[in-house]
Amino acid sequence: MIPFIKKRPPFSLKRQPGFGLIAGLCFVMLYAPIITLVVYSFNAGKYISPWEGFSLQWYVAAWGNEAVQDATMRSLFLAVQAGIYSTVLATMAALGTTRTRPFRGLMAIYAMINQPLMVPEIVTAVALLILFAMIKSLTGIQGMFYLVIAHTAFCIPFAYLPIRARLEGMDLNLETAAADLYATPWKTFWRVTLPLLFPGIIAGSMLAFVISLDDVVITEFIKSSGQETLPTYMLGQLRRVVTPEINAISTVLLGLSISVVCLLFFVERRSRK
Amino acid sequence: MRIPKAASNPVSDMQRSRTRKNWLLSAPALVVLAAASSGPLLIVLVYSFLSAGEYGGVVWKFSTDAWFNVVFFRDIFDGTTTFADAHMTILWRSVRLSFITTLITLAAGFPTAYFIATRPRRNRSLWLFLITVPFWTNLLIRTFAILEVIRNEGLINIGLQTLGIIDKPIQMLYTDFAIMVGMTYVYLPLMVLPLYASMERLNFSLVEAAYDLYATRHKVLHRIIIPLVKPGIIAGSILVFIPSLGAFVTPRVLGGGKKMMLGNLIELQFGAGRNWPLGAALSVTLLALVMAALLMYVRTTQRHSGSVR
Repeated sequence: MIPFIKKRPPFSLKRQPGFGLIAGLCFVMLYAPIITLVVYSFNAGKYISPWEGFSLQWYVAAWGNEAVQDATMRSLFLAVQAGIYSTVLATMAALGTTRTRPFRGLMAIYAMINQPLMVPEIVTAVALLILFAMIKSLTGIQGMFYLVIAHTAFCIPFAYLPIRARLEGMDLNLETAAADLYATPWKTFWRVTLPLLFPGIIAGSMLAFVISLDDVVITEFIKSSGQETLPTYMLGQLRRVVTPEINAISTVLLGLSISVVCLLFFVERRSRK
Repeated sequence: MRIPKAASNPVSDMQRSRTRKNWLLSAPALVVLAAASSGPLLIVLVYSFLSAGEYGGVVWKFSTDAWFNVVFFRDIFDGTTTFADAHMTILWRSVRLSFITTLITLAAGFPTAYFIATRPRRNRSLWLFLITVPFWTNLLIRTFAILEVIRNEGLINIGLQTLGIIDKPIQMLYTDFAIMVGMTYVYLPLMVLPLYASMERLNFSLVEAAYDLYATRHKVLHRIIIPLVKPGIIAGSILVFIPSLGAFVTPRVLGGGKKMMLGNLIELQFGAGRNWPLGAALSVTLLALVMAALLMYVRTTQRHSGSVR
């Protein structure tokens, strides 16, 4: 603006004053609480603060806590099952809804698949609570089945999106070539389509796994007694006096989620090169 | 599944069988979603018109009491009817805090997204990755992390006390402020991502042209950049506003049962309140609010894509 101030760096089109500072603050704010949480998981004291020296005792305590072991196993069992089922269903749906001419009902299918993303979790949770209470009182069937189907349903859109994105970027010519070389549709699918689609399937299943692992609200509403998952166990614990054991459990769970997401990031980077 | 009637010729037959295949492939996912996600929503609507059972559950008798109770409060002793202040307070808190959260995440997320979008291309995905990592970690854990920072013995209070700025800890936990901070923290990535998506496509030759015409930086921001990334602003605001309105975990942990939002009020009716129809009516109310926000979003985006820039 003022021509004689020349000490400034050369004029940049993209610069906006203060934006870099705010962005920096945002990054710090995003990570500072998480880092604090992780640091205090190593606290030797009885309470989360003040800091009383380094110790791994809370990890040992969490490891030996039967309720935690139980909830961890249930969470993993649930997340693996929901991850697999939702990925299979989402892959099929993606194959049926991409690379096709628009047909009647296509928009309805999209809306249906993305519906769990739009409805507040608490409403779905309440709806499932009512439905499952009805079924349970009518048939008397109990079990993990209810949690598995609920988790599978809300994981479907998360698995669907990366698989669909991958399919849309795929070269149709390879499949046409396979068909030209007398491959049966099944053979084309197994030998050409599926291998090409694989990175998308991996990404989708990992996202579904993480989403199922992290769910609190729906699980909290529909679990029967004795069906605690790790997040609902932690939610219950937060009502009491909190010890660094919760920090230790959180740190492990954080580590798990972050490593899955990092893995995805690098897989995607490599597949793009 | 209804297939449009067409003259029987080989092309339309092929098209028809392909459509059938597409439906068959999508069907299993749709069945699971209908059974465990969309379908049950209808039951909630039905429940909101039933009478409450004495120990939870419902009595299968038509009643509009639940809807009446959303807005009004009938005294059980003298039978007088008053406005349900508690519900209105909670509803107002939900809307107000969601709105403020959206504004703050926008104010913080806009410069952040701009910052990422103006980095060299090969660094961008790493910056973006730093935004998405917290998003994929557990919401409960992130809320708990905020609790540890703002509680009375938390980092902020201890820090301010050590510096001698305050003598007594400031009570931040279990206030509206705490809920707002928590929601801002957990939903910030949802604002940054769509903003970034539209800023990445920003055509900087327009900015250059503006500078050539003697625009100031401020003017460039307001007259060029903000109008061009408006779709991203709207998308981000919707993505933050909707989950804030239905928030449950964050107000429960940081509001501590004293400061409830709509989600917590719903839970109360299914738990200690033992009024399932009222809970169902409140759920339908929440769903209607969310749908209204979504509808508004669809309409504004349609208007945007329709207009010529």
